[in-house]
Amino acid sequence: MSYTQRLDGRAIEELRPMEAQAGVIPNAAGSAYFKIGKTTCYAAVYGPRELFPRFLQDPKKGVLRCHYSMMPFSGSGERIRPGNNRRAQEISLVMTKALEPVIDLTAFPNAVVDVFVDLPQTDAGTRCAAISAAAIALADAGIPMRDMVSSVAVGQVDGTVVADLMYDEEAYEGVVSDIPVAMTHNTKEVTLLQMDGEISKDHLLKALELAAKVTEKVYELQKKALKTKFTGA
Amino acid sequence: MSNIIIKERDIVIPGEVLAEGMDYLPGDNTYREQDKIYSKVVGLASISGRVVKITPLSGPYLPKVGDKIIGKVIDIAFSGWRVDTGTAYSAMLNVKDATSRFIRKEENLSEILAIGEYVVAKIVNVTSQNLIDLTMREPGLYNISGGRIIKINSQKVPRVIGKQGSMISLIKEKTGCDITVGQNGLVWLKGTPEGELLAEKAIHLIEEKAHTEGLTERMQKFLDEQRSKVSH
Repeated sequence: MSYTQRLDGRAIEELRPMEAQAGVIPNAAGSAYFKIGKTTCYAAVYGPRELFPRFLQDPKKGVLRCHYSMMPFSGSGERIRPGNNRRAQEISLVMTKALEPVIDLTAFPNAVVDVFVDLPQTDAGTRCAAISAAAIALADAGIPMRDMVSSVAVGQVDGTVVADLMYDEEAYEGVVSDIPVAMTHNTKEVTLLQMDGEISKDHLLKALELAAKVTEKVYELQKKALKTKFTGA
Repeated sequence: MSNIIIKERDIVIPGEVLAEGMDYLPGDNTYREQDKIYSKVVGLASISGRVVKITPLSGPYLPKVGDKIIGKVIDIAFSGWRVDTGTAYSAMLNVKDATSRFIRKEENLSEILAIGEYVVAKIVNVTSQNLIDLTMREPGLYNISGGRIIKINSQKVPRVIGKQGSMISLIKEKTGCDITVGQNGLVWLKGTPEGELLAEKAIHLIEEKAHTEGLTERMQKFLDEQRSKVSH
């Protein structure tokens, strides 16, 4: 009954092939490209700049704002209605909450740092890709950060704990759960934890252990992307 | 037991461990948590004695008292001008700090400085809320006419100026341009059209290659090559 062979032939704890690059958008203060499997993601950081309307300003520290958006042609069938919707709003919020603990905007009172994330192609794990890309872009923009944030989804497909689910696995017949996790590198603090589906307690604990292991792989790639940009290699 | 993990001039990313143990001290753009020192930005590591610090490779301009900046007049207020500094914070230039001349009450301020004009000014005060006060009543501060303004990353300004102004005087000499570099990353160029274009190209090249060594020699070669191309 159990799910032993993954649909795309990956090992149980293996991530989809990843790519990352920093500084892809010259007009932005910082930017990044992040790709995991078929999910492709661009992040651009603008600011710190003046925040309007005024009532949103915080005189103690700067404000971080994330904007998540899937492009109209990014899905695998129907056109996706562009612009803001309930789902994009939620993901923008959880992205902000996932990145806020590490960034330090005390030097920029009343200002705002905007992070725009666009996904030209999606195949599950978009919020994780968005957070990983946004972290690279923020570092590239020179925003003071305590740590890096790396994010990957883990989950359970028909009784097997797996890392980085793709869409076909999320839609697998049987009991499936998808748990996007974001973690800081040094302290292993969890800054994003959501779940869709069902999972037993044992499996959940196992999945979180796995998340700590696989986010490290994403971190290594983020680090490489940033160092490559600045060494000019 | 203390040991340093990074080497001088290593490129580090936020959250990277720089040193362990209490014998080292956290300098600019770093922080200590328990017995480790971490980096806060992407930058070049440097170790001077016991202090470990990071020179950022990118990032916004932070206004500092004494900095000479280039700004654009964006508004005329009751007793002065509001100046855009190219950051999240605009600055205030008071009438009495703008000119040594006596200004009568009924005088039109836009005849002295109009909206849209650029000025070279010095920061005299920055509050905790980053409200900036400027002055122009010092030698070397003036309002700009003619030429062109280009924008570079403010973290690259020291490289554009060079040690004791070596880089900037090289560009001035080779292009025949008058160049003023504001600490906020705005640069004013004035010269012949060809000279301005060449200077602009050169400054953007420095910005791109800012962290490489032997930059002055490289720029010398670049400028000579470009000039010989023009003369043929």
